[in-house]
Amino acid sequence: MSFTATKFSHSLLAVPVNSSSPRSNDKPLSFSSDLFKHNPSSSFLGSTQKLLRFNAINKPFLHRRSSSPSAVLLQQTSNLLITKEEGLVLYEDMVLGRSFEDKCAEMYYRGKMFGFVHLYNGQEAVSTGFIKYLRQEDCIVSTYRDHVHALSKGVPSRAVMSELFGKATGCCRGQGGSMHMFSKEHNVLGGFAFIGEGIPVATGAAFSMKYKREVLNQADSDNVTLAFFGDGTCNNGQFFECLNMAALWKLPIVFVVENNLWAIGMSHIRATSDPQIWKKGPAFGMPGVHVDGMDVLKVREVAKEAIDRARRGEGPTLVECETYRFRGHSLADPDELRNPAEKEHYAGRDPITALKKYLFENKLATEQELKTIDKKIDEILEDAVEFAEKSPQPPRSQLLENVFADPKGFGIGPDGRYRCEDPKFTEGTAHV
Amino acid sequence: MNKFRVNVNDKTNPLCNPNSRSHSLLFNQVQGSKMLGVIRNKSIRHTLSNFRQFSSSAKQMTVRDALNSALDEEMSADPKVFLMGEEVGEYQGAYKISKGLLEKYGPERVRDTPITEAGFTGIGVGAAYYGLKPVVEFMTFNFSMQAIDHIINSAAKSNYMSAGQISVPIVFRGPNGAAAGVGAQHSHCYAAWYGSCPGLKVLAPYSSEDARGLLKAAIRDPDPVVFLENELLYGESFPVSAEVLDSSFCLPIGKAKIEREGKDVTITAFSKMVGFALKAAEILEKEGISAEVINLRSIRPLDRSTINTSVRKTNRLVTVEEGFPQHGVGAEICTSVIEESFGYLDAPVERIAGADVPMPYAANLERLAVPQVEDIVRAAKRACHRSVPLAAAA
Repeated sequence: MSFTATKFSHSLLAVPVNSSSPRSNDKPLSFSSDLFKHNPSSSFLGSTQKLLRFNAINKPFLHRRSSSPSAVLLQQTSNLLITKEEGLVLYEDMVLGRSFEDKCAEMYYRGKMFGFVHLYNGQEAVSTGFIKYLRQEDCIVSTYRDHVHALSKGVPSRAVMSELFGKATGCCRGQGGSMHMFSKEHNVLGGFAFIGEGIPVATGAAFSMKYKREVLNQADSDNVTLAFFGDGTCNNGQFFECLNMAALWKLPIVFVVENNLWAIGMSHIRATSDPQIWKKGPAFGMPGVHVDGMDVLKVREVAKEAIDRARRGEGPTLVECETYRFRGHSLADPDELRNPAEKEHYAGRDPITALKKYLFENKLATEQELKTIDKKIDEILEDAVEFAEKSPQPPRSQLLENVFADPKGFGIGPDGRYRCEDPKFTEGTAHV
Repeated sequence: MNKFRVNVNDKTNPLCNPNSRSHSLLFNQVQGSKMLGVIRNKSIRHTLSNFRQFSSSAKQMTVRDALNSALDEEMSADPKVFLMGEEVGEYQGAYKISKGLLEKYGPERVRDTPITEAGFTGIGVGAAYYGLKPVVEFMTFNFSMQAIDHIINSAAKSNYMSAGQISVPIVFRGPNGAAAGVGAQHSHCYAAWYGSCPGLKVLAPYSSEDARGLLKAAIRDPDPVVFLENELLYGESFPVSAEVLDSSFCLPIGKAKIEREGKDVTITAFSKMVGFALKAAEILEKEGISAEVINLRSIRPLDRSTINTSVRKTNRLVTVEEGFPQHGVGAEICTSVIEESFGYLDAPVERIAGADVPMPYAANLERLAVPQVEDIVRAAKRACHRSVPLAAAA
């Protein structure tokens, strides 16, 4: 696997994985430091260069951006990628995500949370970079590692925390849990436990958006769907089926691969014949982009391109974000297979630290302002935990509710009327 | 579009039975004979076409036309309804159920998909999440196994997992169960599989009236519905009244129909087996046993109240199904009756199901592997304590 942090041009292809005999790499790769030229200031537009390159393959007409590399360097000083407000929003969102997940771990070890909990530490740049560019009406679909996606999309921390505690005030009234975060108001279409399951659902939501515009003639229906999934999912049949259909029908969707190199304990290199996931996009007729997922600004630039492309009706994009999870797969994972040197390396590329550095260097924020934000997040989380603790557990009658939207689906009772019309229907045990 | 056809050569059609009192025919075209294994629409115009005989209400309609007309009417009533599946468009439907719909509604609403059940079923579910009303067709329900993750996990469970925020108004339809000579992998009955999952509504129509009413109800329903048709029934004609032909006709989900009233034994069946049960009832009538035949129509939710009321009247139960016996629909019905009406039973409950083997190919073995009319008759007699050999003769 090539870990180019910055330059996404042909050097990517010049470090072929196959030549380094992946079969012998049953232990994680050892890598030399010269592969990682971490150069924040000149590299931000590098990823758009990549997108540009693939757009050129797919479309015969010229892209509106300048294609000469020299133009990139000229722009860096006068044209920062973000304004101060945007920077603070991004920072706050990432800190919220990180602190929330840390809080979850704390609560889990205290016994307040149970079952499967998959934490997102280290991957915040992907969630923030993509989701903060969306509108409320755009949809996201995620996997079981969905707390931070829901938070970035706008679901209140209180609602997510209560849901994790299994309380009636949770976003799904305690019926979904960690892996099934749904919110109709914020257009979070789940939280799916099976990998690959969310991809067709996201493709379907994108299909509806296009259908509404073209068949139902709702001209303002130009919403976009994002599907988030991991590297392991990219070997699943449903992924390829959806790449095909999304490109075939030109659906407004962006497929975001959060490649954190590990699927529980299975290294991506050991599981995949060609580990460069972005290449699978052009095979189906859509652009495939690789971006450094530890750098929120680069992710945001690529996100802008891909989302705007989808919104204009030009079809799907496959974006591979190279990222890393600092914790194990879940809180039950002892995480013994990953090389500590690898973990340390990525800890050094913490997205929050990188953004902080960028904000200071470019004089977009002071230390004090960021500390204020940190404190604010701490308070929000304390409040969320307290709210969740004080919330009641779901009442017994909730057990039979919401199985069907039309509750007549419980059938006809012994008295010949619909069971759901019987006032005693939800009392007592679950005997139906 | 002329939908009135009748197959006068089909001796299995009760309407062609000279003893039947409901014999009324209105026909403009006469359909040819049906071949074992594949139903083909051969129109043979007889010179009798100018001969018309009216009755007060009964017209004839095949199940295929019933389904087609139901889809047509629902698609024209609500632009959010669309059909998706393999060969539904240009091929006019693998079994010609969606014939004419592509011309009428266009390729956006009648979508031919690549051969990707998991993918397009998931796309249908996602479209339903976001407000459309898809009808996903499986060429046979055997192929739904490739998509069963989406039917169960993303469709059936979503309303519950999201606490009512996301409802999934989707219909999964297609032929289910054994056809003729199609082998083990194409003959599986999925009624029990889907019937055991909370969050799904599972329907199994028998006649054209059932097909029309239940499909319309399914499309209008805000929940995921699995609609199990039967390939061999597609070409069969049934009488339909004017009420059935009305475009707002709808049958309630969860209500069984008593096809034939009786007082000695209750026979429950669904889909093709209803026809067999009715024939068995005819034979039993001659031997002095009056059988009540219940057409379940809805596997989930099961109409336990109708079944139990009937058993309390007749005191004997025979359940018939085509699928495998273990954990089948019949098992659930028998248990329901034992739980609720044990004191009323005068004989052990009889359960008839397909043989507990993958479906064989050879025609004689296939006949042995699926319940036949004689099996139902024998079981009913056993329930009535007549002496009868227990096993079928080869």
